[in-house]
Amino acid sequence: MNKRVLEQNIFKALMIISVGIVIGSLVFIVGTIIVNGAFSITLEMLTQTSSGGYYLGRGGGILNAILGSLLLALPATALAYLIGIGISLFLQREFLHPKIASLIRMSLDILWGIPSIIYGIFCLMIMVALGIGASLIAGIVALTLLEIPIITRSMDESIKMVPIGLKEGSYSLGSTKFETAIKVVRRQARPGIIAGVLLGLGRGIGDAASILFTAGFSDSIPASLSDSTAALPTMIYHLYSSPIPAVREKAYAAAFILMVIVTIISILSRRMTRKSMRYIIK
Amino acid sequence: MNATGPIQIETKKLNVRYNGNHILKDVNITIPKQKITAIIGPSGCGKTTLLKSFNRLLELRENVRITGEILVDGVNILNPGLFVPDIRKKMGLLSQRPYPLPMSIYENVAYGLRIHNSLTKAEIDARVEHNLKEAGIWREVKDRLHDPATELSVGQQQRLCVARATAVQPEILLCDEPTSALDPIAAKQIEKLLVQLKKDYTVVLVTHTLRQAKRVADHVIFLYFGKVMEQGPAEEVFTNPQDPETQAYLKGDIS
Repeated sequence: MNKRVLEQNIFKALMIISVGIVIGSLVFIVGTIIVNGAFSITLEMLTQTSSGGYYLGRGGGILNAILGSLLLALPATALAYLIGIGISLFLQREFLHPKIASLIRMSLDILWGIPSIIYGIFCLMIMVALGIGASLIAGIVALTLLEIPIITRSMDESIKMVPIGLKEGSYSLGSTKFETAIKVVRRQARPGIIAGVLLGLGRGIGDAASILFTAGFSDSIPASLSDSTAALPTMIYHLYSSPIPAVREKAYAAAFILMVIVTIISILSRRMTRKSMRYIIK
Repeated sequence: MNATGPIQIETKKLNVRYNGNHILKDVNITIPKQKITAIIGPSGCGKTTLLKSFNRLLELRENVRITGEILVDGVNILNPGLFVPDIRKKMGLLSQRPYPLPMSIYENVAYGLRIHNSLTKAEIDARVEHNLKEAGIWREVKDRLHDPATELSVGQQQRLCVARATAVQPEILLCDEPTSALDPIAAKQIEKLLVQLKKDYTVVLVTHTLRQAKRVADHVIFLYFGKVMEQGPAEEVFTNPQDPETQAYLKGDIS
């Protein structure tokens, strides 16, 4: 066979194998969670909080962890968005010299790569210094810090793509840099901004290490910002550490619920993206 | 030769360097009020750079150095103490390719109105209608004002850009080859529109089509490698050019 045809066929086979590995492991993971988890969900799990010793097989549910996850990840994502949108709009060349901007981008990329446990330990150090215990607020702060680089860099990439001609159009109407950034650039970049927020949320809601020390764990729904709280990832960790097989199954159920929550949020934001896509210039 | 009648824009020894390249060299020009001034010349000669220096859009890029004076109504707009958005508000821009704002047709026109005035809903409605009529696009969009502007054809988008520019009541319209992305019919509409608009606005038209300049221009500036080779009333420049480069360009020997 011709050498170049052989080369092409080998390359094609490698590509198919790569796709197979990715799709295969996805199907395997989701399948395992569904098979082990979906069928062990009970109404009790969704509607009741854990009683003491839940992970030893006592009664109750994981409502505290479901609500805890939402109470941690939603405010954290909102905060990270607010801080991130400021940073990413400021990274535009109208505001910041591109050399300084690329230094900031590099720092954010490094922050992105830091393991989440480090964010947890960092926050714990500050909490100890301030005399704060494991709490909802500390967990929110840790997740916010974890999400900022992810959200900021994704938004930044889409803001960079805004055509200069569009900005010139806005400036020519006598708008300031601020008005152009907030009213024009942000709208044009909206699909990318939504994608970035979603990426951050997905990371935040699924992360256990950063909230392990900061949010702590609790059997009840947090009543205030200073209460410690359970979350689905930490709940999964505790349940799967149980010696009782029936409890370990509940860990899969909790994972399944987490997956459903992320999927719902993802579908909703896709809807939003599609609507704003109609308005942007390609 | 200088413009006759009142002058809107004048440059004195304007030099622009961009990334170390000397783009505009000692440009001294005058642009008459409420006429169409065409800036012509081969591509890469600095036409767009000259146009964008008038409303200080050049500053959006790095490594740009501008020296000299640009007088708009006698005020040097390069003065660092000025509030740049106010300078730009006086000059609407039409670019080579229309860039409607990522909003509805209505909001595209209302955007400029809102940032400069505090108007009631009824006042904005009236002015949006007025500006869309002035740009000759009202009849085509009046039933779909709240649709995305991106769903208009390119020619309609360009006329929408005229409406959004005139909404902030500028004195000058800077047009950077505004018909180059359009089909011949849409291009004709824009040309006719510019001729109508000169009774209220000073039009500066960068164009690479000589025929377009001949059809619409009252005043012509010929740029060649960043230098002004010739300027004056259109009929004089076109019928009796003095400069040998201008003669060659008009004959089609250089393009």
